[in-house]
Amino acid sequence: MRSHRPTVAYLQAAPLALVFLLFFVVPLVLTVIVSVWDYNEYQIIPDFTFNNYREIFEGCIADLPALCVTFKTYWSTVKYGFLVWLCTLVIGFTIAYFLAFHVRTLTVQIVLFLICTIPFWTSNVIRMISWIPLLGRNGLVNDALLGLGLVSERQEWLLFSGFSVVLAFVHLYTLFMIVPIFNSMMRIDRTLLEAANDAGASGWQTLTNVVIPLCKPGITIGSIFVITIVMGDFITIGVMGGQQIASIGKVIQVEMSYLQFPAAAANAVILLAVVLMIIYAMTRLVDIRKEL
Amino acid sequence: MSFYLLAGVFALFVLFLYGPMGTIIVLSFQGSQGGLTFPMDGVSTFWFSKLMEGVGVVDIWAAFRRSIRLGLIVMLLTVVFSVAAGLAFRKRFLGAGTLFYVVVASLIVPSIVVSLGIGLEFRLIDDQVRAVGGSLGVTSIVEDYTTSMGLFTSALGAHLTWTLPFGLLIMFAVFNRFDKSYEEAARDLGASDWQSFRHVVLPIIAPSLIGVALFGFTLSYDELARSSQAAGDLNTLPLELQGLTTTVTTPEIYALGTVTTGVSFTVILLALGLVLWLRRRRERHGTDAGQGMV
Repeated sequence: MRSHRPTVAYLQAAPLALVFLLFFVVPLVLTVIVSVWDYNEYQIIPDFTFNNYREIFEGCIADLPALCVTFKTYWSTVKYGFLVWLCTLVIGFTIAYFLAFHVRTLTVQIVLFLICTIPFWTSNVIRMISWIPLLGRNGLVNDALLGLGLVSERQEWLLFSGFSVVLAFVHLYTLFMIVPIFNSMMRIDRTLLEAANDAGASGWQTLTNVVIPLCKPGITIGSIFVITIVMGDFITIGVMGGQQIASIGKVIQVEMSYLQFPAAAANAVILLAVVLMIIYAMTRLVDIRKEL
Repeated sequence: MSFYLLAGVFALFVLFLYGPMGTIIVLSFQGSQGGLTFPMDGVSTFWFSKLMEGVGVVDIWAAFRRSIRLGLIVMLLTVVFSVAAGLAFRKRFLGAGTLFYVVVASLIVPSIVVSLGIGLEFRLIDDQVRAVGGSLGVTSIVEDYTTSMGLFTSALGAHLTWTLPFGLLIMFAVFNRFDKSYEEAARDLGASDWQSFRHVVLPIIAPSLIGVALFGFTLSYDELARSSQAAGDLNTLPLELQGLTTTVTTPEIYALGTVTTGVSFTVILLALGLVLWLRRRRERHGTDAGQGMV
């Protein structure tokens, strides 16, 4: 720590800072700027107009309580976000709890943790299509259900449906819950659990009164990850929903493909605002920097 | 009792994680008349040899090579930039807090928004280049200039915004647990800043750097959302793959899945093996210094 030479610190941070300036900050600023530009079929035109925003919310207030397309899309996205959040939280917490409190040796902990992490380093698209032989009309799940006599005909709702979208999200992103919750649990002083036990708390009471409150930071970080991923997704919803389910991300992607950049930018700004509001509400609870 | 229950849940979770992947690996060895689902129509490598010839009009192997090349470059930059920034964050510097929040923000801002922003940025750069070229009358720009977007410009940047936050967070975790007395000892013995980094800090953090490299390569190699609007004219492998999910209806796509998963697993095993090897080596070569007199 040689504080008399701060230049070194700047030089060391410079490459990283430059990458985020060029490929994150400037693009976001440009997105906000272009969202108030005009456009026609051939080009985008510098302007200052709120038409793009107006078009997105066209008739939305007047139509209430009926939902306009934009509100419907957001409602559907939020619904998926909530379902996926709930599933990943319950599963992620259970897995983290097992790893942190029931696995005794560090080596086994590391090995089991790696087993959970390895799929994260493989292709998401492949992990999505790997559900086809299981959930498809002639897939293994249908075979099993028919074989057991639980259903009388093949089920179509298993694949390319809301169900398969949620399943794929849980499959892909539960890890984002496991890691921060596990991290929080590993910091819990074990003597607290003993104290709770000595004081006569049941296992369940220890869980709800000691473990869960102390895991709040991990739960919050995991929740932020999962919810923001689902809110901005267009790939999982596209592939697993058979390109039939709407999402904000997909709206933006389609507008981009039609070269309607200002409209896409306006949608992106709104999406970003919604996501930031969700995160703000959650970060009031925790200081991320203390958790590393 | 609750141990066995939770262990059972864990086992089911692992099955849930790996089961689907296992089925497509099995099905990629489907016989030549077989379809996308079971039953297997014999066992063959028919779909792999079909894959070798290419998938329809898409030059899948070119995309494959591009993704690997890009992945390696992203990996290298992620390691170097993360370590440098990790060192910087150990000291105090103006804007450290802001930089940290920007990096974390990059992790949670939806990828489609980042991708759109980068796409816009490069389109605006293109417009400027054309305008300037036109007003100066540079014919090569007016006639031949297409775009500044590309694999090693916009896509590289897009990937770095995704891999660097992981790299930096790992470095934070590493340096939070780093015992500074080793460096102080080096300095007391007369080592320069560079010498104490090269001979003391670097060997200690080396296993974590392999972790950073692993994140850098695999996340870039499989990256899709951020590349989607920022890849330029040539597609990466995941982009081609996503397109193929709607057009290919034969086990050929499973064969492709098996191959890319094979690449990922090779890289993962290589990295884990390297970490283990470093640890063993350290145990072998480590002295009893610092163990006390007993």
